[in-house]
Amino acid sequence: MAVANIQVSETPLVLYALRRADDALILGHRLSEWCGHAPMLEEDMALSNIALDLIGQARELYSFAATVEGRDNDEDKLAYLRDVRQYRNLLLVEQPNGDFAQTLVRQFFYSAFADLYWRAMMNSRDATLAAIAAKSEKESAYHLRHASEWIIRLGDGTGESHARAQTAIDHLWAFTGEMFAVDDGERALIHAGIVVDPGSLRGRWLTTLSDVTREATLTLPQNEWMQQGGRSGRHSEHLGHLLSELQSMQRTFPGLTW
Amino acid sequence: MVTVLERDNALRQRAWDAAANVVDPEIPVLSIADLGVLRDVVFDGDHVEVAITPTYSGCPAMNMIALEIEIALERAGFHQPKVRTVLSPAWTTDWMSEEGRRKLRAYGIAPPQASSSRRALFGEQAVVCPQCGSDKTELLSEFGSTSCKALWRCKACREPFDYFKCH
Repeated sequence: MAVANIQVSETPLVLYALRRADDALILGHRLSEWCGHAPMLEEDMALSNIALDLIGQARELYSFAATVEGRDNDEDKLAYLRDVRQYRNLLLVEQPNGDFAQTLVRQFFYSAFADLYWRAMMNSRDATLAAIAAKSEKESAYHLRHASEWIIRLGDGTGESHARAQTAIDHLWAFTGEMFAVDDGERALIHAGIVVDPGSLRGRWLTTLSDVTREATLTLPQNEWMQQGGRSGRHSEHLGHLLSELQSMQRTFPGLTW
Repeated sequence: MVTVLERDNALRQRAWDAAANVVDPEIPVLSIADLGVLRDVVFDGDHVEVAITPTYSGCPAMNMIALEIEIALERAGFHQPKVRTVLSPAWTTDWMSEEGRRKLRAYGIAPPQASSSRRALFGEQAVVCPQCGSDKTELLSEFGSTSCKALWRCKACREPFDYFKCH
C-alpha cells in the first residue's frame, strides 16, 4: 500500500457517524459486486440501485463525521484511507454475497433494522443527522419491501430455494445481535437525544422478521449467542479483501479524481 | 423609478428562470423545477447561490445537474455561481408539478401516484399505463433504469413501461 492511513479522532459522535457510514458503504460495495452477475437483469438493476442509495447515505454520513471532527479529513479520505482495523461496520454487512439467498437474507436483516432505525432518527436533536435520517428512511423502507418479497418467494418457492434461504438465515443470524449493541460513548449520545437506542427497536425488528419468515415458511433460529467485534474494528477475514478492492485506486494513485 | 427591491426581485427571477430550465439528464422532458429539485435561489453580494435537493441519496444525476446549473447561470450573466445541496426537508414526489406529471405521461413514463404517504410493507398500487390508459398493469421489478423508476407492464396493450416511483 503506497499511502499512509489517516488518523481519525474518534470522539463519540465521530465514531457514531463512522459506524453508520461504514455499514452503508460496505453493504453498498457488497451489493455492487452483483452488478453484471445477478441471476436476472431486473435484480442486477435492483441490487445496483440499492447499492447506490447506500453509498449515497455513506457519503452524507462521512461528510458529517468529517465536519464534526473538524480536521482535514473528508468523505473520500475516510472511505479510502483507513485500514481494516479502523473500519467500524457491522460484521453482518461485510459477509460475502454467497448465493442469491444469502445476499437477500443479509439485506433483509439489515433493511428491517435500517427502516426502523432511520425513522426513529428523524427525531434526532442534531439537524444534520435528522435530515440524513429522513432521506435514508424512505430508501430503507423500499429496500425492505424488495428484500421481504424475495424472502417470501425463496422460502415459499421450491425445495431448493427454501433450503438455501433457511441455510442463509441460520448462517447469518449470529451477526444480527451487533446491530442492537451500544458502548458508553453512544449511550451518552442516546441520553442527549442525539441518537436513538437501537436496543429499543429490537422487538419491532423481530416482529417484522417473524411476519415475513412465517409467510415464507422459514424458521428464525432460537440461539441467543451473538458474534460481535465489527464496531470496535475486529473484523472477519472478509473485510480486508473487500477493502483492497474498494481502495486500490486511491492507494495506487493517491489523490486521484475523476 | 425602479426600487432596489424590484431590481433584486427581477434579478432573482432571472437567476431562478435560468436554473429552472436545466433538465434531468436521465428524463430530459422534466426540468429541475418540474421535479421539485430546485429549492431556492439567493444572493450573497453579487454571487448567486442555488439550493437543490437530491431525489435519492446516491442519484448520479445530481453531480451533472449541479454542473448544468452553474453553466446555465454563467450563460445568463451570473459570475461564479454556487450550487448548494440541502437535505431537509427530504425530497418527495409530492413536489412534482402537474405540468411535470403531464410531461412524464406524454414521454411514456407513468407519473407517481398522488401521495407518497404509505407505510404498509406490501402496499397495493394501481398504476395506469401511460401508453393506452388501462389500469390492468403489473409490476415487473421494484427497480428500473434509474433510482427514481420501477419497471411495469401493461396487460391490456402488452407494453412494458417505466413508472416514476412514489417517494
